[in-house]
Amino acid sequence: MSERILLSHGSGGELTHRLIEELFVAHFDNDQLRKLSDSSLLGRRNDEILFTTDSYVVDPIFFPGGDIGKLSVCGTVNDLAVAGAQPAYLSAGFIIEEGFPMEDLRRVVASMAREAKQAGVQIVTGDTKVVNKGKADKIFINTSGVGFLHPHLGSSLNGRGIKEGDKIIVNGHLGEHGLAVLAAREDLQISSQIHSDCASLNGLINKILNQVEGVRMMRDLTRGGLATVMCELAGQANIGIHLEEDDLPAGEQVKGLCEMLGLDPLYLANEGKFVAMVDARSADKMMDVMRADPLGRNARVIGEVVEEHPSRVVMQTRIGGRRIIEMLTGEQLPRIC
Amino acid sequence: MKYMDEYRDRKLIDNLVGQITKRASRPYTFMEVCGGHTMAIHKFGIPSLLPGGIRLKSGPGCPVCVTAKTYIDRAITYARMPDVIVCTYGDLLRVPGSRGSLYDQRAKGSDIRMVYSLLEALRVAREHPNRRVVFLGIGFETTAPGSAVGILQADRERLSNFFVLSSHKLMPPAMDAIAEDGVAIDGYLCPGHVSTITGSAMYRHIAEDYGLACVVSGFEPSDILQSLLMLIVQLEAQQPKVEIQYKRAVRPEGNIKARNFMDQVFVPRDDWWRGLGELKNSGLAIRKEYQHHDAEYAMPVEVTTQEEDHGCICGEVLKGHSEPTDCPLFASACNPVHPIGACMVSSEGACQAFYKYKRYE
Repeated sequence: MSERILLSHGSGGELTHRLIEELFVAHFDNDQLRKLSDSSLLGRRNDEILFTTDSYVVDPIFFPGGDIGKLSVCGTVNDLAVAGAQPAYLSAGFIIEEGFPMEDLRRVVASMAREAKQAGVQIVTGDTKVVNKGKADKIFINTSGVGFLHPHLGSSLNGRGIKEGDKIIVNGHLGEHGLAVLAAREDLQISSQIHSDCASLNGLINKILNQVEGVRMMRDLTRGGLATVMCELAGQANIGIHLEEDDLPAGEQVKGLCEMLGLDPLYLANEGKFVAMVDARSADKMMDVMRADPLGRNARVIGEVVEEHPSRVVMQTRIGGRRIIEMLTGEQLPRIC
Repeated sequence: MKYMDEYRDRKLIDNLVGQITKRASRPYTFMEVCGGHTMAIHKFGIPSLLPGGIRLKSGPGCPVCVTAKTYIDRAITYARMPDVIVCTYGDLLRVPGSRGSLYDQRAKGSDIRMVYSLLEALRVAREHPNRRVVFLGIGFETTAPGSAVGILQADRERLSNFFVLSSHKLMPPAMDAIAEDGVAIDGYLCPGHVSTITGSAMYRHIAEDYGLACVVSGFEPSDILQSLLMLIVQLEAQQPKVEIQYKRAVRPEGNIKARNFMDQVFVPRDDWWRGLGELKNSGLAIRKEYQHHDAEYAMPVEVTTQEEDHGCICGEVLKGHSEPTDCPLFASACNPVHPIGACMVSSEGACQAFYKYKRYE
């Protein structure tokens, strides 16, 4: 194969075929892909189907703790998992800038394959387009995902039945993805040891749904961070949310860098974190299940649903003051996923 | 976090609040003039801890908020030139000028880059020798020395494509104007970072001439509460004076070296403050010796600006005459997503801080 991506790699001709066979099929390797047909036949199942899509444009494409390939798999897997689905199949669409190094593409695709295997999903269909140099920035990836509703659930986790006293739990340290990407940008020249938390959460979430009753809803904490998700939930369900600043989990390095740059971990992006609302009676059980899993080791109860201030999020600050939490306005950091 | 947690200790905070409650025999109103203080006060929820009689007002200490519209219009005019790269601190991007913001202009295709420091802007100039790089120099005594050093560096390197559009401002004239205006305050929470450069002597006449208590404060919650306590103790003893609470950073004489850089490159001029109008000797112009790096001189453009916003009372808010909620536009026509007045644009602005942290209390 040539060392760089050429326009003809996306033309549908000889080079496209070689790219598909030698790179994509070789790495993603499954029966569906090997047939090289226009559509994949996924068979018949009796379960509720959940479907989602997301596009990935992160810059830089390689960052500590992950890369655009890994992100494009776990991001879509997580969108399915938090809705209560067991993710099964993904599609992968690539838009690649002419001149993109083949070696980098190989790394990205290998990383996608590794993460898909880890998450137990198959990449069953795909597409590649190449655009003229300067018309895209290196590589953009779109993945769509299909999953099947967890057998213990009657419908997707949509927050039905949320009530006063429900506990709010997050599975670990906040802000790592956002800061890892920011620090990796050359123009900032910050050196840090912060790694992106980028990970597929379907394994952990499956354990929770298998063992814990009374899970009202879950959301992954991507762009906009915990604050934005909390505000959305408070608004949608018309509930008051009380958070305790003292209980928000964040690593020392994240806190330090945030102080230095004037950022707030509450608003930073995550790619391996989710928040769950759960019946208070199940909170202890949920914490046990989460803490037994590496992706939930630092799980914390961070607040609860309250009767006061419906549709608003209020945080008790660590010095005992009260502060309203608002959604992120504008963008804190562009192109973080 | 080490060196941070110590200043946010709950017991210490409770103790300070207890002392404030005990020592204050009457209601007091204080003004914080630094945007950093406004942010910290709301971020930590300090007003919710204070006894009812102690009120805090936000002054003109957010550099973005007091930047004149004509400055934004001028920056946009530069950004429209095909060979120009405009480098700016992020806060300025969304400030509305007469016809849109830099953010809007960037969407139209102009090369406008957000930088964290002027050194990044210098690097951009080095990397693009065939394009003109305009750095938007805003801020008070805190950021002006940095701009001065940048201009000196560009001069040494003969970076003939590097220019600064200065809107640097000096804090004391604004504090004077507010005292002069008879705003009902009992004292100033004096700016911590500005004072690291200027020292504390420049506030003396505010205490002497206007009888206002002055305490230079740090930015942690315990700093701010201790400073409020010091202000109250001064006033209870009827001895308004200038004190430094932020001793770990501020010396009475300030940072002489930084001031020398400022003096070498800048000269005071009358300047327009959004909300306050024109204040004598309140801005910094680039000296003749360095005018080849002065965008105003080296890249002359005509801009027409209408300074007034219909219905916006940012000026009254900046002067402490009004609360953000007194404004008919607040949280309806004017909000952080679509700011009308400058106080809603910056996270340090009184209106945005109020919108974010206090709106429902």
